[in-house]
Order: sequence, then C-alpha cells, then structure tokens
Amino acid sequence: MKYDMSDYPLKLEGDNVPMVRFQNVTKKYGQLTVLDGLNLDVAEGEMVTIIGPSGSGKTTVLRMLMTLETIDSGVIYVDGEPLTHMEKNGRLVRASAAHLRKIRSKIGMCFQHFNLFPHMTALGNCMEGPIQVLGLSKEKAEKRALELLDMVGMAEKRDQHPSRLSGGQQQRVAIARALAMRPKVMLFDEVTSALDPEVISEVTSVIRSLVDQHNLTMLMVTHQIGFAREISDRICFFFAGQIEEQGAPKILLDSPQNDRTQQFLSAVLDAN
Amino acid sequence: MPYLDFLTTYSDRFLDGTLITLGQFGLAVLVAIIAALISGLMKMSHSKTVRATATVYIELFRGTSLLVQLYWFYFVLPLFGFTLEKFTAGFVTVGLCYGAYGAELVRGSIQSVPKGQWEAALALNMSPAARMRRIILPQALVTILPPWGNLMVEILKGTALVALISVADLMFETRQINNNTYLSAQAFGTALVIYYIFARFMVTPVMRWLERVMARKIGRM
Repeated sequence: MKYDMSDYPLKLEGDNVPMVRFQNVTKKYGQLTVLDGLNLDVAEGEMVTIIGPSGSGKTTVLRMLMTLETIDSGVIYVDGEPLTHMEKNGRLVRASAAHLRKIRSKIGMCFQHFNLFPHMTALGNCMEGPIQVLGLSKEKAEKRALELLDMVGMAEKRDQHPSRLSGGQQQRVAIARALAMRPKVMLFDEVTSALDPEVISEVTSVIRSLVDQHNLTMLMVTHQIGFAREISDRICFFFAGQIEEQGAPKILLDSPQNDRTQQFLSAVLDAN
Repeated sequence: MPYLDFLTTYSDRFLDGTLITLGQFGLAVLVAIIAALISGLMKMSHSKTVRATATVYIELFRGTSLLVQLYWFYFVLPLFGFTLEKFTAGFVTVGLCYGAYGAELVRGSIQSVPKGQWEAALALNMSPAARMRRIILPQALVTILPPWGNLMVEILKGTALVALISVADLMFETRQINNNTYLSAQAFGTALVIYYIFARFMVTPVMRWLERVMARKIGRM
C-alpha cells in the first residue's frame, strides 16, 4: 500500500524525544485490521502497561516493536530513530535487514512461553546473545550473566537446562537473558499468563525490582490488573486496534470514563 | 566344499570387498549429509530461484533409479568431458541420491523447531546465520536423527549397486566368487550376513547412541 511518507520526520529531535513512538501505525492480517492508526509515545524510563480484551492488538504492539511483525503503514521510532524505516536520500524507505539489526539492539523481550533455548543451561542462555551478538569474551559474558542470574535469584540453578526448571524459574532466566543484552526498552508479553498462580509473584517481584532500580523503558502486556496498578506509570486500554482510554493507573482503573473500559474492568475484576 | 573351507579360501576377498563397501558407505553418508543440508536449507529460502534449484535436484534424484544415475555418472558424463574415477562416481552418486531424500528430512526437522525459538533468537538480535547454527540446527538434529538412521541403512544397502560400475565392493567380490565357484548359496549367503551385521549391529546402535547423546545434550533426560 502506498502512503505519503512526508508526514513522518526522518528523526525525532528536540527536548522531549520519546524512547518509543508509534506514529499512525496500522497492521492488517488479510481483511482483519489488528491495529488501526495507533499513536503511542513512551517516555524514557516510563513503564507503560497495555490491557484489553483478547484480539484487541495488545500483543501485536509489542511484536511489531520487536520486529517480529511487519507493519502495514505508519512509522515506529525508537530512541529518536525510525525502526521500521530508514533514511535514504532524504526520504524514509522500508528498513533494510542491517538497519533493523542496528535499532533492534535497543530492545529486549520476554515471552509468554519463555522460549528459553532447551539445549543450553540457564547460564548458557544468558551468555549466548552477549557472545554471539555483542562479541563479548566468554569471561565477560559469564560475569555479566552471573550477575543477572543472581539478580533474578537463579544463580544456584545456572547449570540446569530449562527442562529442569519450573515455569517461574524459566521466566526469571528469560528476563536475565534479555537484560544481558543491555536493552534500553524491555517488552513483557503476558509473562505470567503461562505460570501457576503460586509462582507468579517470583516473576512479578523481579519486574518490580527492575522498575525500582533501572532506568529502563518498559512496555508490558498483562491480565494482572493489580500488578499493573502497582508498577505502571500509565495504563493503556486497547479495544479493536486502538487505544480506547489511557491514563495513570489510579485514574484509569478507579474512574474509567469510557463504557468499554468499565465493562472490561468489571469483567476482569469479577474473574479475579 | 564345506562352508568353513569356503570361508577360509575366500575370506581375503570378502574382507577386501567389505572394506571397499565401508569406504563407499562412509563417503556416501558424508556426501548425503552435505547435499541434504544444503538442499534442505535451499528449499526454505525466500528466493524462488534458490528453491527451484533445490527442487530440481531433489526431484531428479528421487524420481529416477539409483542404478540409472550410477550409469549416468560413470558412463554418460565422460561423453560431456566430465570423467569420474569409478570409486568416486560410486559414492558421489549414492550420496547425492540419498541426500535428495535427506533434504526433506532436514527441512521437516528445521520446521519442527518451535516458532518461539526463532523469535527468541531474533529478540536477542542474532544474525540469521547464528540463529540457524546456534539455535535451530542443534534442536533440529534431535528430531532428524531417528529418520536419518533409517536413511543410513538405506545408504549402506544402496552401495551394493556400485558393483555394477565395477567398483570392487562386497557385492562385486561376491559375484566374482560366485562366477568362479558356482557356490551361489555360500557366496551370496555370506554377503547377506555381512550386510545385515553392518546394518543391524553397527549403523543402528551407533545412531541410537547418538540419539541418546543428543537427547541428553538438549536436557530431555
């Protein structure tokens, strides 16, 4: 589809450049429009949580930012630079594989089903990216991986393969693995949805400590409204591929203005 | 002639033939692995030309008889100025033929690796080559080993056809012994047992052992 690229700046400049910007982003699967002209800015160090009914495009937002999905129109910017596009002769054109790799290095992601590499130990999982991608020496990568495994409380299990770890343990290793790449933006895609209720807190407490200690920009998709309320700077309620309502947790959760937000929240809170 | 006398008389020739068969087998397996890996990966390429090239190779070698292929490599290619020594022609043809079968196994095993593994490797910003080499292929290997074991036995049995382009393998020696002695039952019976021993007591156990080692490496045990 052709669209006019002149509406989109080549670079974001000025005082308040957001860490992430979705500008008029649309995503379609065949006839189905998953995201419809999405505009969303996330400031550096901000923790934004996305909630909404299934099929509302929440996960797609994260997957597009991780470049696991292409976009149909619009531009995504990361740290002021276009991610989905690049500059060529003063115009924005589709990003090349090399450009994607360059910008993608600023983003890390944790998945619902952990996706640890089963043929590597917990330590190996956390060393793989730093060695293969960042070119760290084995010693440096191991040191970094051990620090992070210690931070997520998994240092003792460093020599275990994922098949020997519980879901909560696997997810904590997966967080350490993503952090080992020193991303500026971390994406959490329903990271507690596949976990047994009693181990969810293992993972949420790790994420909570990230919010406290690091100046990471974070985007999280979750169904855990209570957790979202506690750690988010802002919550976005998605409906039918658009942000229906957004605001600080207190305001959005306690006094939602929109009917759909109200319905969704009461349904979710009933279920809990 | 009692069978024991027959064996002592011809053991040297059986042994020579067996060694040639083992050489043909080992080298053909090597060719098959390389051909299967390359064409299996080509089959998954984004480029239509690359995919088509792999398809032509696979169709050509799977769709025609190994014996005819051997004759082509040994008797016909020299007419186009491309001469292969018969030993080389033997294992190259057998390897390419079974490599074409192996290509589908390679593709299937790679596609059996969960999508989440590709995504996790991409999220770590690994290059396509590193993704394949470090993440996907080690996991695909575990899936491909059992069917690949079958293919190995097929390759071993397939090497018997190289006797027909006069490679002095086990089958070739056996036929010569038969021609000299007319002791068909003894000659071909011995060859039968030797092929069976190699397939059943060497190839299969080695593959089983490899399966166990790989399963342990991936932490499934």
